Amino acid sequence: MDKPLKNVLEIKNLSVEYHTDFGVTHAIDKINLKIKRGQAMGLVGESGSGKTSTALSILRLLPRPAGIKTNGEIYFNEQLLDSINEKKMQKLRGNRMSMIFQNPLTSLNPVFTVGEQISVVFQNHYKMGKRESLVRAGEMLEVVGIPRNRILDYPHQFSGGMRQRVGIAMGLACNPELLIADEPTTALDVTIQLQIIELIKELQKKYETSLLMITHNLGIISELCSVVSVMYAGTIVEYGTVREVFMNPQHPYTIGLLNSLPKIVGERNKLTAIAGSAANANNLPEGCKFYPRCPHCMEQCKKDFPPFIHLSQSHSAACYLYEDKSGGKINE
Amino acid sequence: MNNEKKILLEIKNLKKYFPIKGKGTLYAVDDISFNIHEGETVGLVGESGCGKSTVGNVILGLLPATGGKVIYDNINLVNLSRKERLPYCKKVQIVFQDPYSSLNPKKTIKQILSEAFIIHKVGNKDEVDGKVRYLCDITGIEEALWVKYPHELDGGKRQVVGIARALALNPSFIVCDEPVSSLDVSIQAKIINLLIDLREKLNLTYLFISHDLSVVRHISNRVAVMYLGRIVELAETDDIFNSPKHPYTEALLSAVLNIDMTQNKEHIVLEGDVPTPINPKPGCRFAPRCRFAKDICFKDMPELKEAGEGHYVSCHLFSEK
Repeated sequence: MDKPLKNVLEIKNLSVEYHTDFGVTHAIDKINLKIKRGQAMGLVGESGSGKTSTALSILRLLPRPAGIKTNGEIYFNEQLLDSINEKKMQKLRGNRMSMIFQNPLTSLNPVFTVGEQISVVFQNHYKMGKRESLVRAGEMLEVVGIPRNRILDYPHQFSGGMRQRVGIAMGLACNPELLIADEPTTALDVTIQLQIIELIKELQKKYETSLLMITHNLGIISELCSVVSVMYAGTIVEYGTVREVFMNPQHPYTIGLLNSLPKIVGERNKLTAIAGSAANANNLPEGCKFYPRCPHCMEQCKKDFPPFIHLSQSHSAACYLYEDKSGGKINE
Repeated sequence: MNNEKKILLEIKNLKKYFPIKGKGTLYAVDDISFNIHEGETVGLVGESGCGKSTVGNVILGLLPATGGKVIYDNINLVNLSRKERLPYCKKVQIVFQDPYSSLNPKKTIKQILSEAFIIHKVGNKDEVDGKVRYLCDITGIEEALWVKYPHELDGGKRQVVGIARALALNPSFIVCDEPVSSLDVSIQAKIINLLIDLREKLNLTYLFISHDLSVVRHISNRVAVMYLGRIVELAETDDIFNSPKHPYTEALLSAVLNIDMTQNKEHIVLEGDVPTPINPKPGCRFAPRCRFAKDICFKDMPELKEAGEGHYVSCHLFSEK
């Protein structure tokens, strides 16, 4: 049907640890991820599941010295990122790959005007002069729906939604091939969230940017993304097209997550909560990280992390419940 | 149907204004009235800054009101002195949003749960122990947690302690102020289930304040929608969600991103931001962002009027009929 597209991003066996006073935290454990050109992928999981650490390791922004990438390779446009030096990395960051952060109040600098902050991107990557870059900054503001004369305003003079628009303008300034958005609307109200989501959707289509959307809000993913990966305790447990994963979830965690969500339409049934409490990243079990909370736990689950079983061409789940026969699904 | 039910709490023309130095007045809650019936849960929804938490705080007397009445048991709870209020504190309680800051970090779980009994001088040491045990039984707190401090518990368990504390003095009415907003969805479901179980078991009445519409839909019998200090719509839960009347409610519901892939994905996108509640312009508060705004909307404030059985709307579109 569609010709094979190049992978903008490919992550192979990535592991990340944090060394803290309380010991070693395994934030990410051997995850694999692929994003094709122009594709929008959702990365969903609860707090502490390793979503943000994934994003930070792609941009090589893990907090130092605590955060250490212990294993794996990250390819950007088929180039191994680990092999390039910091200076080259700086040229990529904000230029060919960029990020929108969760809280625009902390990610924007309070003592510079938004115009100065956006224009720095142009000065660094396009070697533009001050005057020219400010004009471009004004243009970027207009792209995200802010009048260009506001380049002279400081972040505190904007509302939360407007600040996040500034963040998006900065992220898209150099028309990146990969945009990582880390919970960009979590701090915002629903009506403002909708404005921002519609804006990201529109700009992603217009500039054909690949998008990695990190969120705990499943609704945002179904709105923006075509494929989704579900994370639990530092591992990816299921991935597939959004339709497959949300309409026909197979991993017990994904099923539990969807069942515990109150619905906005349809019957108001009793919610089914996932048993137990969230995994403690300092003390993760061997084998499948979800087994202590899993209703289908077997002996095997406690020993080894289950391999990914291909349920269809695009849909896989890491669970021993399923047999590796493409299409051979076991129904609950 | 509701008329047969006993009114537990009557809120009449409640107002709360905050003077802002050099800027004028912030109209946090501006003349709202509604009743809460015994055993029902009223959901109060709205975006940040619409005044929903202020309503909860004024009902509890944590903030003095600028005007209006909150009538419980024929007594107006508004602006009572500390001493006069104390007996009603047993009956009207609150569960706060953030279980990290609402539990005293220097006290153990047992101390936190026994505090209410000590303040209200209920029972001796053994009796208090028995009562704490009962609280822990109904909310599912293991006895092993009694000696722990709040920081040793995860967010979900901490919120359970917050709920148990609110139940200590056997209240009839609880304000739940965003009780699940800071929790992950799998934990959130547990807390919602617990609140529903307790409501049935102990015949509780809730005012459930939240910005999360799907949570409110799940737990409430009736829902009030607030916008900039005013109630714009109040109706049975199914009426609000199936046939919203006010343009703001409509837009708010349409802004909820659904995971249901079979639904169409057309949204009503509201332009602009929520305006400031400081010195608002005359007329309907929502008029500047409303798709249907007419001249009258910018002049006169619409009243909350019945536009269907038990369905109240504050909008000029419906007041003419």
